[in-house]
Amino acid sequence: MHPAGPAAAVIAQLWWVLLAGATAIFLFVAALIALAWRRPPGETQERRFVVWLGLVFPMTVLAALLAYGLVVGERLLPRATPDLVRVAAEARQWDWRFGYEDAPGRETENVLHIPAGRPVDVAITSVDVVHGFWVPRLAGKLDAMPGHVNVLRLEADAPGRYEGLGSEFNGAGYRDHRFTVIAHDEAGWQSFLQGETP
Amino acid sequence: MNALRRHRALSRIWASEPGLKGWFTTVNHTDLGRMFLFVATVFFVIGGILAMLIRAQLASPRSAFLGPDHYNQIFTMHGTIMMFLFAIPFFEGLAVYLLPKMLGTRDLAFPRLTAYGFWCYVFGGAMMIFALLAGIAPDSGWFMYPPLSSTIGAPGINSDFWLIGITFVEISAISAAVEITVTVLRYRAPGMKLSQMPIFAWYALVTAVMILTGFPPLILGSILLELERAFGLPFFQVAQGGDALLWQHLFWLFGHPEVYIIFLPAAGAISTILPVMARTTLMGYGWIVASAVSLGVLSFGLWVHHMFTTGIPHMGLAFFSAASTLVAVPTAVQIFAWIGTLWKGRPVMHLPMLWLLAFFATFVIGGLTGVMVAIVPFDWQAHDTYFIVAHLHYVLIGGFVFPMIAALYYWMPHFTGRRTYFKLGHAAFWLVVPGFHGTFLALHWAGLLGMRRRIDSFAPGQGWEAINIIASISSFVMAIGFALVLIDVVVNAVVAVRGSRDPWGAGTLDWAMPTPAAPYNFASLAHVTSRDPLHEDPDLPVRLARGEGYLGDPTRGRRETLSLDIASGTPRYMVVFPGNSALPMLMSAVTGLFFLGMLIKAYWLVPISAIGVIACALVWVWGLGRSTTEGALPVGRGLSLVPATEVPDPPGWWGSVFLLLANGTFFGSLLFGYAFLFTIAPNWPPPSYLEPGALPLILVLMGAGLVFFGSRLGALMGAGAALAGLVLIAGTSLPVLSQSPDPTRHAYDATVWVFVGYGLLHCLVSLLMWSVVAARRLSGHSAQTTLGAMRVARLWSDYTLLVALLSAAAIGLPGVLT
Repeated sequence: MHPAGPAAAVIAQLWWVLLAGATAIFLFVAALIALAWRRPPGETQERRFVVWLGLVFPMTVLAALLAYGLVVGERLLPRATPDLVRVAAEARQWDWRFGYEDAPGRETENVLHIPAGRPVDVAITSVDVVHGFWVPRLAGKLDAMPGHVNVLRLEADAPGRYEGLGSEFNGAGYRDHRFTVIAHDEAGWQSFLQGETP
Repeated sequence: MNALRRHRALSRIWASEPGLKGWFTTVNHTDLGRMFLFVATVFFVIGGILAMLIRAQLASPRSAFLGPDHYNQIFTMHGTIMMFLFAIPFFEGLAVYLLPKMLGTRDLAFPRLTAYGFWCYVFGGAMMIFALLAGIAPDSGWFMYPPLSSTIGAPGINSDFWLIGITFVEISAISAAVEITVTVLRYRAPGMKLSQMPIFAWYALVTAVMILTGFPPLILGSILLELERAFGLPFFQVAQGGDALLWQHLFWLFGHPEVYIIFLPAAGAISTILPVMARTTLMGYGWIVASAVSLGVLSFGLWVHHMFTTGIPHMGLAFFSAASTLVAVPTAVQIFAWIGTLWKGRPVMHLPMLWLLAFFATFVIGGLTGVMVAIVPFDWQAHDTYFIVAHLHYVLIGGFVFPMIAALYYWMPHFTGRRTYFKLGHAAFWLVVPGFHGTFLALHWAGLLGMRRRIDSFAPGQGWEAINIIASISSFVMAIGFALVLIDVVVNAVVAVRGSRDPWGAGTLDWAMPTPAAPYNFASLAHVTSRDPLHEDPDLPVRLARGEGYLGDPTRGRRETLSLDIASGTPRYMVVFPGNSALPMLMSAVTGLFFLGMLIKAYWLVPISAIGVIACALVWVWGLGRSTTEGALPVGRGLSLVPATEVPDPPGWWGSVFLLLANGTFFGSLLFGYAFLFTIAPNWPPPSYLEPGALPLILVLMGAGLVFFGSRLGALMGAGAALAGLVLIAGTSLPVLSQSPDPTRHAYDATVWVFVGYGLLHCLVSLLMWSVVAARRLSGHSAQTTLGAMRVARLWSDYTLLVALLSAAAIGLPGVLT
């Protein structure tokens, strides 16, 4: 994971926290099991295992984790900001078409242009089957459902080209159902909106 | 009568027919349990071969081994076979074989239904394998999302095989679930309270009830999608008021409970085996029962976590994220109770224990990655990548396959009557477990590097090559290990030496019989007063063989067993089981023709085979009746009980109650689907709603009244009134359908037709049942011996009128309100 935007970055950080916690819990459980062979038989308290380890321990961990996840989730929500850019993504077998609120009538195929450093809302839909919209380095994924419009917030920190993928199996052309996201600097974005192809 | 003569007499009564014919006519749970396990293993091998093809394809980048069309069929069928044709039937087989033995009774509640379910499974599975071999297998992924799986994305016959074949196979899951529920509740050793049941029976009970409430949404979804594919009813087509999301809801309403339907039986086996291996008793029996029940309940609140990326509102996500993490709590209770059991006892490292350790290592990791993907933002990245593939294999192989292999080695002395002898099982273990982790630990990382599921090949240079070649080599090591397990089982079954009864020193009743098991299980039924009757009384097997328990006297020459009060375990009545019969197989073959007719669009075959099924069912039911009363008969130990033919709640009544639970869930799912389309789907309202007239309303209410009150007037009067009422209810479908003549116009019209069709089907079933009751009375059966049958018929006709009233309200209300 090489995050290149704020959304992907918090998710990457979340992953490292999850991995550390999971490893610790796994080692703890493994040690408990190994100890069963190492200790002399004797009284074992049911309450200690069932209530403390079985109920209290996971509930504490999970409550903390859930709170963390919800806070991260809030940060990823498409909220209103003044410099927001709106684009539309329309999926079909096996193509992507993109439209731009700031340049009505402009449509690009398999290439999505966005400005770098500004939040972008992608309104995602499909004209045939269910597809998934995913730019791994910029944000999580969201499905393209026929008849529905789902909005995904993404943002690229720096100008550049980012790979995008269809992420919901959609038949024979699934492997190559890709697109490219081009994040422009401010000048490049303006010239794109003016209709020049960079 | 000594033990040997009693054994011969009982064997004559209970044995299946000798030779080849016996395979097709047996209704014995020991035979059918073994057959289930064998066929499920065959499907495991087939699914495993498909997995090997997948790993061969993905071993190197730009592989030219398989094209996308074949690859898509292979991964779809791998998932489908492992879920529907291996995991669930393997549990059914184990439960069918073990439950009556553990509960100390002689067979399952409905022996012929066991056979019917088994053959439905075999024929339905054969359909799927035929599609695979013919190269026309389903190719839209095992969860079959429309519109990709519908006519838009899959115009061929491929998806029809899935929708029709799997629905056919589900008959076996539903029938096994009804059977397990009634058996656990009503057929145990006399005296065995619910709180004294072997822990496996609790797990089986929870699993069975989950099947009854978890499978109907899938069956409904499959029927709706097949109606869309075959006749153009637009349930999932957005332009005409359908919605592809509806399928995802119905599918995951089934799909998430399904995960626990697979895990809970394995947990039951662990809870049974682990204390024996640790030479102690299970820690926290009550806690474990409570957590199994709460897992069952919670798992129905989780389905949306498979849909975090479909654009569900944020509050909904938070709720389901919380529910998804909460489900880890009862799992943790069980894990720590098991570890506590190990601490409490003195564990020995027999082969089953070794596999249980593999379970712990694997399942704990799978559970922890499960918690990770329950955190919504993380799921947005990991969804539909190899991270999920790795996670689900950790849960399913770690949580089901490893414990099942432990169970296999634990009960092998029981299956074969031989001592496990060779060390091949250890070699297999050291191939499977490292091979498994080599495969799937690596694939987690591939997922995090962005490797999507279901791509048929990948381009070089993305850093995936090393991971994939490691995974592929490890997976072949694992496959060799699984093959060794199978060889080990066969070799042990054929050449190992005879073993002693109860080689592990277990306390449950399954070990209180000579092995391999006699067809009647127990020469007489024990009176149970504790959880581990064999520990309480080590001489129990000998005393049972001597006929000192209940029903030790075979002179009546029939297959007799006892049915108990649910909670207290007090014997209530005696049940006489039917004998060997080819009818179950015949009926499932005719059922198969019905599905085949739908599949190949030979619609003339559908009504003919439906009539065939009805004819078989009538023969089946008629044989259960008895014209005269016998009164209370001695059943041993000074007790006398009446037979089931003379009680108001015969086994068939209990079976109907649980079948109606499944049926009611089906109808509830239909109402849910309708409400979902009504509120969420685009392109509503339809061009027009039904305009409710006074006439149909009066007809339905009159019919319902006649059915409800008439059916309480006694057999003949009641039958007449119920028949008239049901005809009135059925008659209302004419004015309804005349207002909505074209079911392909809009999802609303399609839904109206499904409501009407469902109602008509139930009118027909109730009509047939009341006809049987009337025919019994007219042919001279006494009022006492038709009482049970009449109450069964009343149950169904009451359900029918309830359905009719709810349907009328559901399809009529929008027209009234607008």
